[in-house]
Amino acid sequence: MLEARNLKLWYGDFMALNGVSMSIIPNAITAIIGPSGCGKSTLLRCFNRMNDLVEGSRTEGEILFEGKNIYERRFDMTELRKRVGMVFQRPNPFPLTVFDNVAYGPRIHGLATGDALRETVKKALQSTLLWDELGDKLEAPALSLSAEQQQRLCISRLVAVEPDVLLMDEPCSALDPMATQNIEELMLELKKRFTIVIVTHNMQQAARVSDFTGFMLLGDLVEFGETQQVFTAPRQRKTEEYITGRYG
Amino acid sequence: MKRHFDEELAQVKERLLRMGANAEKMIHLSAKDLLARTESDRAELERLEKDVNSLEMEIDDRVVKLIALRQPMATDLRFLMMASRIAGELERIADQSINIIETTHWYLSGPPLKPIMDLPLMAEIVQEMLRDCLDAFVRQDVGAAKRVLESDDKVDTCKKRIFDEMIATMEGDPQTVRRGVCIVLISRNLERIGDHATNIAEEVIYMVEARDVRHHHGEESKPGE
Repeated sequence: MLEARNLKLWYGDFMALNGVSMSIIPNAITAIIGPSGCGKSTLLRCFNRMNDLVEGSRTEGEILFEGKNIYERRFDMTELRKRVGMVFQRPNPFPLTVFDNVAYGPRIHGLATGDALRETVKKALQSTLLWDELGDKLEAPALSLSAEQQQRLCISRLVAVEPDVLLMDEPCSALDPMATQNIEELMLELKKRFTIVIVTHNMQQAARVSDFTGFMLLGDLVEFGETQQVFTAPRQRKTEEYITGRYG
Repeated sequence: MKRHFDEELAQVKERLLRMGANAEKMIHLSAKDLLARTESDRAELERLEKDVNSLEMEIDDRVVKLIALRQPMATDLRFLMMASRIAGELERIADQSINIIETTHWYLSGPPLKPIMDLPLMAEIVQEMLRDCLDAFVRQDVGAAKRVLESDDKVDTCKKRIFDEMIATMEGDPQTVRRGVCIVLISRNLERIGDHATNIAEEVIYMVEARDVRHHHGEESKPGE
């Protein structure tokens, strides 16, 4: 699905990724954990080239998406961002109605209009379990929703363009425990249709929802494996120290 | 930075070792009674058993609370899970020691049978197994734990020889049946103590290396397999 090969990234002179290689497994949740500044969000943003927007950033190595290097000049960036979408730490709905937020992607990609568009919006809201709550409030301003509903709306907005991969950067850090639980349950449902990569500071969250976990430290991918192995019997001493709270 | 959690884990370990010391003492007293034909102070034995039982409950209570409140991972999680299991093994070892003492009391009411060489040997081996598996636990020494596993076969061999010898004795002289059954029961109790020491050794290996060697000594079994 997605594979990083010896991926290096610099912000100016600072080397943030020191040659990371990892494969993202389809229809599974992969968590990337590690202390602040370890490069986990940088790695996540590489998967749909969001770092290109950071001035002074420079990348070496490859990320293969369905066998093609997304860092090749000819790679279609619009197609990449459509097929590999991102959910951010803070919900960021557009200042539009619920309907227009979800319809935004299908409209700009020319995927649907009229009844087909309404059906697409409905399906996207159903897949994030928002339809029952908001089916009769499609004209309400998205910014009037609760933080959890806003985050689920942002996920609906992605789902509406039928991506292959959902990148999630600390998607629950602005949410309370109940809302966090709801988003986690949603992730477990969504992985049946999508491939999910999540960056989280919350190790319990990584342990609860992910199938695979990568531990990063100072720009290196120290360990990558099945989540139950990483959290019960990590192979690397640094991973052990971090997940048991002995790091630093 | 030292974690407060380390102090809480150390308290579990300290109680486990106290439990182990009590269990060792109970086996020692039961073996002494049997071999030297003495009867230990019942009040002392009851105190030890009561202490073992309350320590088992305290350890389990601490483990449940620490898992709930600290959400331990990796070595910490394995230590707590195994601490609870080892506490269970030690409690059963203490129970077996009480069984030996009670059967010995019955056995001593008659004249001694001819010397049974395997019985003191078996008692010595299981005491050594318990001491060694507790040492392996303290030092996190997988090599020492593996040596305990190897001793289990010697215990089983002793028990089989005692069974055969007692059956022959009882068939030859019906007057010995009562005492012969006592010896068979005691050898069974000693064998069970050896089994519990073996379990502790397996639990130490899992705690240290995350390898489950139950039911297949020596074979690799990694998590999730």
